[in-house]
Formats: sequence, structure tokens, C-alpha cells
Amino acid sequence: MANRRLAPASAQPDAFAFSDENAAWAQGQIDKYPEGRQASAVIPLLWKAQEQNGGWLPRAAIEAVADRLGMPHIRVLEVATFYTMFALEPVGRYWIQLCGTVPCDSCGARELKSALQARLGAPGHVSADGNFSWLEVECLGACCNAPMVQINQDYYEDLTPESLNALLDDLAAGRPVKIGSQAGRVSSEPKDAVNTLTDPTLFDGSRVGAWRKRFEQTGGADAGEESVKHDEAASTEARAKTETKPAHPGSGRPNETGSTDAPAQRAASGEPAVKPADQAAASERGTSQAKFGAARPGDSSALDSPAERDREGQAQGLDGLAPAARLAEEERDVAEDVALRTEPPQHPAAAGADDAVPDNENPDARADAAGTRPAGLSAARDDRPDDLTRIKGIGPLDQRRLNDLGIWHLDQVAAWTPQEVAWVGAFLAVTDRIDREEWVGQAGTLAVKKG
Amino acid sequence: MLSDQDRIFTNLYGLHSPDLEAAKRRGAWDGTKFLLEQGRDWVIDEMKGSGLRGRGGAGFPTGLKWSFMPKTSDGRPHYLVVNADESEPGTCKDREIMRHDPHLLIEGCLIASFAMAAHACYIYIRGEYVAEKHALQRAVDEAYEARLVGKDNVHGYPFDIYVHHGAGAYICGEETALLESLEGKKGMPRLKPPFPANVGLYGCPTTVNNVESIAVAGTILRRGGAWFAGLGGKNNTGTKLFCVSGHVNKPCNVEEVLGIPFRELIDRHCGGMRGGWDNLLCSIPGGSSVPLVPADQIIDAKMDFDTLKNLGSGLGTAAVIVLDRSTDIVEAITRISYFYKHESCGQCTPCREGTGWMWRVLTRMSQGRAQRREIDMLLEVTKQIEGHTICALGDAAAWPVQGLIRHFRPEIEARIDRYSANPHSDAVPMAAE
Repeated sequence: MANRRLAPASAQPDAFAFSDENAAWAQGQIDKYPEGRQASAVIPLLWKAQEQNGGWLPRAAIEAVADRLGMPHIRVLEVATFYTMFALEPVGRYWIQLCGTVPCDSCGARELKSALQARLGAPGHVSADGNFSWLEVECLGACCNAPMVQINQDYYEDLTPESLNALLDDLAAGRPVKIGSQAGRVSSEPKDAVNTLTDPTLFDGSRVGAWRKRFEQTGGADAGEESVKHDEAASTEARAKTETKPAHPGSGRPNETGSTDAPAQRAASGEPAVKPADQAAASERGTSQAKFGAARPGDSSALDSPAERDREGQAQGLDGLAPAARLAEEERDVAEDVALRTEPPQHPAAAGADDAVPDNENPDARADAAGTRPAGLSAARDDRPDDLTRIKGIGPLDQRRLNDLGIWHLDQVAAWTPQEVAWVGAFLAVTDRIDREEWVGQAGTLAVKKG
Repeated sequence: MLSDQDRIFTNLYGLHSPDLEAAKRRGAWDGTKFLLEQGRDWVIDEMKGSGLRGRGGAGFPTGLKWSFMPKTSDGRPHYLVVNADESEPGTCKDREIMRHDPHLLIEGCLIASFAMAAHACYIYIRGEYVAEKHALQRAVDEAYEARLVGKDNVHGYPFDIYVHHGAGAYICGEETALLESLEGKKGMPRLKPPFPANVGLYGCPTTVNNVESIAVAGTILRRGGAWFAGLGGKNNTGTKLFCVSGHVNKPCNVEEVLGIPFRELIDRHCGGMRGGWDNLLCSIPGGSSVPLVPADQIIDAKMDFDTLKNLGSGLGTAAVIVLDRSTDIVEAITRISYFYKHESCGQCTPCREGTGWMWRVLTRMSQGRAQRREIDMLLEVTKQIEGHTICALGDAAAWPVQGLIRHFRPEIEARIDRYSANPHSDAVPMAAE
């Protein structure tokens, strides 16, 4: 969040009123929205007020906009301080916003920043002649033309420190400047190498109407299109039976957990859909989790736990996502939407009642249901335990609990069988982290190094 | 390579006029009335059949989304809201549509609104895009004048379209934050459910779509969902605007088929990799929110939703940020972390506090002023943020850091070791700023 405050009282003008022209414009904006929804026009009006006031927004203007829209002053103050394009302090005649986010940063925004710093001093101050002030801002959305700045309302792209300085010289001297690319590009095409969209038939109108053939050939949309459509629908249905997620493709957003290890896939390959450790962890609701436990199954909603959905026979509906995997926003909307339509809401406390694994606060019992307990030593060999926290993923707390089990040495960890891994995973409530972070492999490597 | 005949955005580079006359010659507004006459179900089925997945980042099937709207109105009006708040770092495609091919967008708005029984559409454009806002408004005025839209238009479907603009907040690209902002409030995401399809703008059924998803609708209906579905691969159909930025010889926007290999995309359209392919360090293939993919994995990867997801990343908005070996990758991700710290709306604690926390730790790490164990602690914190916030900004802030640690842990460790190998007398600041 950005820390934004109004300008000090000494800089604030006493009053603000829209000019006649702008007042008429404001009415036009308000008319865009339904009756009683005039608050929607708050951003355009504040914008206009800022423009009229020389590029920044004083308190009087904020209050004038609030009064015009019949909104409480505080609501408009909230809006004015939330959105970063409202300058709350006076700015120069040319207000320079330098994009400093990664695409620009990697293409030379830092050099531009030094150039501005050298020329105009620290950001946020108006230069002595009143011409310039500047600020580094977040992505301005012209990444293919990086690096770039926005000066007042215009974008200047493909800059170098030299061309930026020349641009500022021209602006200061009142000479006309070229908006957009300063390197001779029209917009975001590859410079001097446009090899697409060169077919002249795209632009001479010869393609207009050509598409109607498909409707004529098939005897109109109602006949021909129907059959095409039904074929497609049928094939989609057929695919749905064999694929995990045809009609509901996964999101483009990533999941931290690989999709190769998902309940649905496990179910398909004949394994239990839910790993015993996960199931144990998922059933442990309402019990306090170790502070450093990585996965917190209790955090997830009742409808979202793999154990539940599996029981509901919805393993296929799981969409191939591992429990810890995060659905991307929209996908989640629908998943929940569907879940809400098909299942009555469950109270989290009631959900664990019929779990296969007894809901027990005792981690030993929970772990016993998941695997076999690894053999332990009563004390460290030669009283010299290994530092287990060298294994990435094991913290001091985990180490203490492992010591309590009689696990003192790296080679003990290296020798864990899969059943023992499952047991320890459930015991420490770290779910599948042991596999994911390859504790056993790490321990092996470290043990060899030590030996 | 995709043939020019199969490209939808024929004036992507603005080499031709954006006005109505020229747009019509390029095929916009061609037989729109005929398409609407095929009926609402036909439109939605064609869109479903095309396999079009939303172009705003999450990749949700557009046709399916349209079908979620109530079939009949319960007295409340329906709204279409177009998300033109393009602010994901790396993304600059919607801008080109709005200033060079605005009529494709306006026509798409009419078609989508028709399919969802909406009679009003708001296009929410980011405040910084002033020139684009004017270009779009000009096109809307043209369309009103030619009676293509409006209360009494030639298509016989009363339809109003309004251009609304924001004032610089990345979070307003989240659909419910966008609706809040459009209602004149701070852009803070809403809890879901209820979903916008039931309770959206002004409490009415609303669908929010990305500019590109809407703008392709007219062409898809004309040429058929099957045509679109025939391009690209299964589940990853059609064409997509790629925004390639960073260390390539000629950064550009280009429309290509989904699933084009990374190397081909760069070699064919962007003049190749700066300094040759050996110089590639990694790429952030879908806008700053997705984890980076190191060179060896990305170089021959197909650029589509599923391939990139399997690489632990995502296609997102197809904003391909290419980074070469001159990049300080830890610093680059630190800069991304700063972005999320700056843009967090402050509503949910894990995100508000966590984004700043990650940024401060990464800032130290990028100088080496950290402990090795803090790497795991940082990873742990990203997991505490991810999935524990109302909207996906928390996830988006966590993923780049996770990607960094997953692929460049040795680099961070080496930096820490280098720093600690030398004597330093300056104190390491630990507390929050």
C-alpha cells in the first residue's frame, strides 16, 4: 500500500468550483450511470477537478466533488487517497511518471531514473522553474516499448537518457514534441521488421462477407450449424468420460504443487485418492496445529478438503488438483459455485465425524493410522546428535520432535521407508512436505558428506 | 506461423486507420445483425465450441462464463463489464486493441451483451491510458452515429455502451474490485459468493470479461467456433496476443497461435534473443504474477495454458518477459515484490503485511545480507500468504518469490555466502521500516 496524505494546509487553496464548461462535462458523466448511482462518476469528476487545478487535487476540490455527487466527504477522501493517479500535492507543469517495473527496469529504466535524478533532483519535488516534477511509478502498460515515461497525459516510449533529456529540453522550451515512440516506431510493432499483417486482402475489403459461405453451403445456420455444433458437443461429451478435465480446463495460473500428484490421478491409478497422511491431517479439525506446521488443513473450508470430496464421490470433480493447490480465482468461483449447488453447506466441526481416521488429538494415533513408526535410538550415538535442521524443511521445532522419537542422526532419516515417511509426515503434521522437499534424499547426501 | 488470413487483430500495429470505415473494410460489423438473428443459445454454443479461454489471466472458458448469467431477468437489469484495466507488468495488448481496432471490441460488446441479455455495457479502462480512452470514446461515438449501437439501432437490440476510467490501481483489474471501483468506491475486492453473475454491478447480474476475450467474439462467430478450435491444441485453442518484452532484439506485440514454441515466437517475431540463445537466463511467461521458468525449461516449451502450468508457471496474460544473463534475478524479483507491496489494497492482513515483509527480506537477500535459513523462512511466508486472502493478489505476490527460490536458490545462497565471507561493520536493519 502506498502511504498517501493530503498536502499541508499551507498549500491548500480556500475554495474550488468547477468551471462552467467542466460542470457541464460532469453532468454528462453522471448521466452515464443509472438513477441514484451518481457515485460511480466520482473518479472521472476527481480527475477533471485535478486537471482544472493544475494537476493536483486539493481538499477543497475533493469536497466540492463530494457535494456535487451527494456523497459524504470521507467517502471521496477515501477514493482520492486510494488511487495513485490523484496527486495530492502540487506538481510541476510537466508531471513525469517514470515506469520502473521489471520490463522497463530490465530495459534501462534505471538509467532514466539516474538522468532524472541528476537533472531534477529527488522525486516528488517541483523544480525551481516550476516546470517539472517526477516520480517512479508502477507498470504503465507499455512494456513492448520499454523504457517509457508518462508526462501529464502522454506516453513517451523507447527512451534513452539522451532522448529523455532532449524531450525535457523541448518541453521546457515550449517546442513541439513527438508523442509515443522516440525511436521511430509507430506503436508496438517489431522495429523495422514487421513480417505479419502484410497481406493486402486484409485491408481492401475483399474479405467482407466471405464467411457467409459456411452458412449457405450448409443450408443456413439452423440446419448446418446445428449438426456441426452437435458433433462438437458429442465429442466433448465423449472426451469428458476419459479425461480428467475437458470441459473445465485448469487455469493458466500456476499451482505450487505439481498436478502430477493429484487425488483424481491417484484414484485413477488405483491408489487411494487421498494420501493417508493428508487424510489424517485433513481430519484434524479444531485441534491446535504446531506453530511451524507448514500445511494447515484446518484452515481450508469444509467443502474444500480432499477427504470430504472423496467421500462425496466427487474425486473426478476435484479437477485434478492436489489439496494444497490453489485454484485460480475464476476457477475457484465455479468450483465453489458447483459445490454450493450440489452439496448442502457443512459445518466444519461436523465434517470430521465420519472420517476413516479417528479424529484424535494424539499425533501418535494419527500417525499410526498413516504408516509405521520408524525405530528410534534412546540417545544420540556418542552423545553427538547431527544437526537435522541442515535438511531444508526441518526447523528447530521439527528437530526437537524428531529427537523425541529417537531420531538423532542424518543416516536415520536417510533410511526411512515410504511407510515411515508417511508416519512421520502425519506425526509432524507436515503432510507431503517430506516427499516434496526430499528430506530422505537430502539426509542421504548430507550423511555421505559427513562420513 | 499463423497465416495473416487467420489473424483477428488485423490493425494491431496501427498502420491503418482505426475509424469505422476502415474497420468495416477489415471485416468488423460485417453481418452482426445476421449473427444476432441466430439466437442467444447459438452464440453461446459457438463460443463454447471455440474453446476460447479468457484472455485476462485466469484462462476460464468464456462461453461457459457467459452461460452462467441468469437466462431470464428477475426484474434487475443485466450488465456486461469489460475489464480494460490492463496493469499486469509485461502486458500491453488491450491497449493496442483499444486504440487501433476499437470497433472489434465494441462489436464484441454488443454480441456478448446480447448473449447475456444485457442492455448496458461499461468498459473500465485504466486511468493512465488517456489516449486509448479518447480513441475508444471516438469509436463509440462513431458507432452511435452509425446507429450500430444505441437505444434504437440497426440491430434491433437496444444497447448502450459507456467508457469508464479508473485512476491507477492494479487491484481494480480484479473483477469484484473493478465493480467496487465502478460503483465509486475504493477498489477492494469483495468476498465471493455471491458471484458477480448473481450479484455484481449495483447488485445486478454482471459478467466481467477481458478486452481481448470480448474483441475476438465477432470474428469467432463469423468464421465459426470450429475454425477457432482448429487453431492451437486441445484445451488451448485459437490465437492469442503475445506481448514480448525485455531482452529480445525487437520487443513487440504479436498475434500468434496458442502453443507456439517459445524459441519460434522470439526468433520469428522479435528478432531473436539479445546476445544469442545461450544468453537466455529465464523468462516470466505470463506477466509478473507467474513464477519464472529457467532457460532450459522454457526454451522449447509450447506457449499455452497447460504446458506452462505443468512447468509450475502459467500463461497468464501471455506477457512474455525475457531476461538474459545480465539480469540480477534476485533484484528483478525484489522489484516485482515491491510492485505487489505498492499495489496491495490493504484489506487482508496476510497480503498487506506479507507483501512488505517479502520485499524487505528480498531486498536484504539481493545484497546478501541474510542468513541461509531465511530462504526457507521466506518460502514458508509465501505459503502463508498464498490462499489466505480474498482475492488472488496474495497468490500473485507469493508465486514469483516461490519461483525464484525454486529455481535460483543456489544464486541466493552464493550471494549470502559472498557477503558473509567479508567483514562488514554496518548493522543489518531487521525491523519493519
